[in-house]
Amino acid sequence: MEHVATAPHTDHAHLHEEELGFLRNYIFSVDHKVIGIQYGITSLLFLLFGFSLMMVMRWQLAYPGQPIPYIGEWFGEMNAPGGIMLPEFYNQLGAMHGTIMVFLGVVPLAVGAFGNYLVPLMVGAPDMAFPKLNATSYWSYFVGGVVMLASFFIPGGAANSGWTSYAPLSVIATAGQTYWLIGMVFLITSSLLGSMNIIVTIIQLRAKGLTFMRLPFFVWAQLVTSFLLLLAFPPLEAAGILQLMDRLAGTSFFMPSGLIVSGVPMENSGGGSVLLWQHLFWFLAHPEVYVLILPAMGIVAEIIANNTRKPLWGYRSLVYATVFLGFMSFIVWAHHMFLTGMGTTISTFFQTTTMIISIPSVIILTALIISLWGGSIRFSVPMLFALAFLPMFGIGGLTGLPLGLAPTDIHLHDTYYVIGHFHYVVAPGTLFALFAGIYFWYPKVVGRSMNSTLGKIHFWGSFVSINFIFMPMFIQGLAGVSRRLYDGGAQYTHAQGVLYLNEVMSVAAWTLGLFQIPFIFNFFWSIWKGKKAADNPWESTTLEWQTPTPPGHGNFLKEPVVVRGPYEYSLPGASKDFSPQSES
Amino acid sequence: MKEFLGLPIDAAAHGGDIDQMIGVVHWLMFVLFAGWGSFFIYTLYRFRRRAQSAANYTGVRTHVSSYLEAGLAVFEVVLLVGFAFPLWSARVTEFPPDDTATVVRVVAEQFIWNIHYPGADGEFGTTIASLVSAENPIGLDRTDPSAKDDIVSVNQMNLPVNKPVIVRLTTKDVIHSFGLPLFRVKQDAIPGETVRLWFTPTMTTAEIRDRLVRRYSLREGVLPRELQGPYSAAEDYADKDGNVIVGKGYSFSEEAVQQLTAAGIFDVKASPDSPTEIACAQLCGLGHYRMRGFVTVQTQEEFDQWMKEQEAMIPQDVPAETAPQVQ
Amino acid sequence: MQIPYNAVERPDTGLYNAKLGIWLFLASEVMLFGALFSSLVLLRVNATTWPHGWEILNVPLATVNTIVLISSSVTMVMSWASLLEKNFAKFRRYLGGTILFAFVFLVIKAFEYGAKFEHGLLPSTSNFFATYFTMTGLHGLHVIGGIIVNIYLWGPGSKMWTTDPARFINRIEVAGLYWHFVDLVWIFLFPILYLL
Ligand code: HEA
Ligand code: HEA
Ligand code: CUA
Ligand SMILES: [Cu+2]
Repeated sequence: MEHVATAPHTDHAHLHEEELGFLRNYIFSVDHKVIGIQYGITSLLFLLFGFSLMMVMRWQLAYPGQPIPYIGEWFGEMNAPGGIMLPEFYNQLGAMHGTIMVFLGVVPLAVGAFGNYLVPLMVGAPDMAFPKLNATSYWSYFVGGVVMLASFFIPGGAANSGWTSYAPLSVIATAGQTYWLIGMVFLITSSLLGSMNIIVTIIQLRAKGLTFMRLPFFVWAQLVTSFLLLLAFPPLEAAGILQLMDRLAGTSFFMPSGLIVSGVPMENSGGGSVLLWQHLFWFLAHPEVYVLILPAMGIVAEIIANNTRKPLWGYRSLVYATVFLGFMSFIVWAHHMFLTGMGTTISTFFQTTTMIISIPSVIILTALIISLWGGSIRFSVPMLFALAFLPMFGIGGLTGLPLGLAPTDIHLHDTYYVIGHFHYVVAPGTLFALFAGIYFWYPKVVGRSMNSTLGKIHFWGSFVSINFIFMPMFIQGLAGVSRRLYDGGAQYTHAQGVLYLNEVMSVAAWTLGLFQIPFIFNFFWSIWKGKKAADNPWESTTLEWQTPTPPGHGNFLKEPVVVRGPYEYSLPGASKDFSPQSES
Repeated sequence: MKEFLGLPIDAAAHGGDIDQMIGVVHWLMFVLFAGWGSFFIYTLYRFRRRAQSAANYTGVRTHVSSYLEAGLAVFEVVLLVGFAFPLWSARVTEFPPDDTATVVRVVAEQFIWNIHYPGADGEFGTTIASLVSAENPIGLDRTDPSAKDDIVSVNQMNLPVNKPVIVRLTTKDVIHSFGLPLFRVKQDAIPGETVRLWFTPTMTTAEIRDRLVRRYSLREGVLPRELQGPYSAAEDYADKDGNVIVGKGYSFSEEAVQQLTAAGIFDVKASPDSPTEIACAQLCGLGHYRMRGFVTVQTQEEFDQWMKEQEAMIPQDVPAETAPQVQ
Repeated sequence: MQIPYNAVERPDTGLYNAKLGIWLFLASEVMLFGALFSSLVLLRVNATTWPHGWEILNVPLATVNTIVLISSSVTMVMSWASLLEKNFAKFRRYLGGTILFAFVFLVIKAFEYGAKFEHGLLPSTSNFFATYFTMTGLHGLHVIGGIIVNIYLWGPGSKMWTTDPARFINRIEVAGLYWHFVDLVWIFLFPILYLL
């Protein structure tokens, strides 16, 4: 800033102007594509970081009390004296793994990166409706991430009360929890701005002829996701503010009277409600899980249509099911709270809504599977990941059913069964869909394609190892092993028979880690050395492929006019097996 | 199905219902997954590009899938109305009368389970927060007449078999979860609230221990991993001269393994000492993983005997003056 | 390509971008304050004792503040109407009025807070004061946010009136919608905290 005031004619100032140009173009850009890429890189790094935390935790689970080889000393005497992880540190890693994966990894990748990059292109818009707000939302995310990371380095370390931050544990926790809350406020702000932007872009900036029923399903998924973010996040923000007050101003929103912690009576006014936090948290966090899955379904739908060379089956039912799912997701939250002392009336309501919400998921999955029938299926790398998504989400979704019924949840609640359930939906589910999306749109973004041999190694290696991580969790869960156990259940008699699985899962997790190396290599290598890609390498129909590769500022060379639906593949009578939406 | 799913032994009267329901739901899940899965695999094979060079624009025309979805919805209604609602209401509303049950208070704290019995008078004495101390973990006011015969035990809950148990669950600090995997019980302990739960144990711990006897091989000359924990021999093991190396109920040691193998005994049977545990299921701090308590289900006679022993240990005549004063 | 529908409305939706944007933003604000109000209700219903607001809070001052805020909303509408009349000077006077009222509101609020602090009544005193301070504090932050936006639109931002008047009018309308919302939140807060 100072430099601007100095004499503008020197070489130095000239250089500086170019620097500003670089900053404007790549760092503080307001172009949705640059912001999308920023989101993408940042969130992939966070995913890798969140995964690394888990790979360290998995050592402790497999070999409780043994020093972590090679890297054990890095964590310091505070966290891992002699390389042996302390329970406090385990809890920090667990809480931060969950938080980072959900709020700093998957959501920013699915909505921030894919949504930002693709939505304007797919609706034929020059940019997002509010470009500056878009940049603000990225930087707010960035700051939130920095705050979260910084919390590892303060005394007492990062937040350690689980990603759910249940009060009163979180209220009496170390300073890391304050960082967590402040970080969350930034992340929430980011999501609110981003989702508002996406909704306005979709509704207002659709190209001529692009009616709602001609939107690619991906865009529908982003639209519903954005509504979920917009309306579900504020209650968590409210809850976060209240918890901050409890921690910093000594209020008692979540602190009932008469608590005695470590033998010492708490000195606060009391009268608060512990369950209030849970209600506010899950009111966000249930819709949040659909935020994790809907964009993934959107990606999978695009890739399936493209690689079967035929329209999606039941497009309308897909759209209606998604909207209905979005709506229902606001009234199922208390199925996470069956065992907090819930009576029959309330549990009846939430069990019923939970069963109802499984129906639209089934409709979506069914439509996607049936879409394969009659196709001419190409097993490209994106398609492999997209196809694997279907049964993997199926396993995750189906195991949601016994959790959604209160009597069976008695046995399964807070066991590894729950961990298995949701990892099947988020890891081989959502993550695979995101991988599929990366392989699929990479040529548009970079101008070169990723190597498909490396892609296949990445796919098969990940597919096999990830099932060896998460399948045994159901076995442990059914045997009754609790989650969040520092020693993986070694103390408990009922866990003895399934304890050996801890080692299996850990080895599989590290194997999964190894199989990410071809991906990371491929990702960077292809930027320079990948095969040059044409504008529409997959012969796709949707608007983003009608732009130059990579798209320039303003996206389209001439304003697109949409003349048909999104998936007109193999249209009888057409000359090619794909008829782009904007052909004129 | 139950065996296949690997559910632990079911030692409560209502456990069968829950297990049955878990079984039914998993049947449904397997059928759905297998059905969709085989359709999926078949489709991938049949419509691979090499077999089908041009795609069919319309694809599936029938509405079988709608019937399928409707069928699933019906099945879910059956699950809800036929199983879930009645079972849940049996758990949370249909409590047996107090006088037909063993009533205990459970007060959780980081990382201990305090068990409070009302004693012979059936009345729980008052507890006062300011009386809480290391010797008096729940702050029982012994000057209260109904507290005189109250029994407080730490991490050890004894129960008579085949008699309903009503637990009044609360916590002093953070949320814990009172989980009894073998009795299909789990209930969060909520600070500031007392939640009631009930179940009927149908097997004594000794019976369960017998059912859990497993064979272990000592052929490698080392103690198997499980036996390093609290496991003990299910029968006597003696050498040729009849000297008992490891007696029934005693645990194995590395040394014993040497002697056993030397005596030509390579197969032993053992069972866990305390198969019936209280497992904390809710993250409650750094000691969450070791917040383990024990349940011992006994015959009525054994239980009465245990109560007598406990009564004998009640601190007698605690004068009111020595109790810390409320500030 | 320019981003369309910043100044004019999109025919099929009948909205310009910022208007849809602000409605969505306000929807999320409704959820935020809705969650806080629900929490308040829950805490109050479960409480053994809960004071009546009028016994310990300063109702006259709050009444004055209510009037101040409502007036500020009126001047906000007037400033927008002045722009529609193409009377920029009048617009500035009215918007200036809104900003002034907002400051008056904050000053009065500060007096109320000060008086409470003097009596040792802090957020930690009881859950009544905890909710009182949290909710009025959060509302106060919204007022401050509004002041910042309005000062920008009154000062540097008003250059747009010469370059793109239609869009500028939209901006004032949108700022107004936000301001009415802030006003509305107070109109809920006042009876719930002070009068019940
Ligand atoms: C993306 C994330 C995601 C998704 C989509 C879901 C989907 C569902 N979830 Fe899950 N859930 C989580 C993420 C998710 N969940 C997380 C993170 C937690 C734990 C949080 C914590 O405690 O830390 C959780 C916990 C959780 C609980 C609380 C458990 C407990 O703590 O005791 C419950 C209970 O009702 C539940 C139910 C459901 C249900 C009924 C669905 C339904 O929507 C599922 C419907 C889907 C189907 C029914 C599948 C249909 C598909 C097929 C049948 C096709 C088969 C295909 C082939 C074979 C090719 N979930
Ligand atoms: C989106 C959410 C998400 C995702 C994707 C994951 C992914 C994984 N999770 Fe996580 N997990 C949670 C959310 C998630 N988890 C939550 C919410 C909890 C509960 C926390 C709590 O108890 O509070 C939890 C808890 C949890 C536990 C239980 C811990 C306990 O209870 O004590 C375990 C145990 O094994 C586990 C394992 C894993 C593993 C092995 C993966 C793997 O699948 C990871 C796979 C990751 C990758 C494959 C990385 C991909 C990225 C790259 C390859 C980077 C490339 C980079 C560039 C190109 C720049 N998780
Ligand atoms: Cu107590 Cu976990
Ligand atoms: Cu949920």
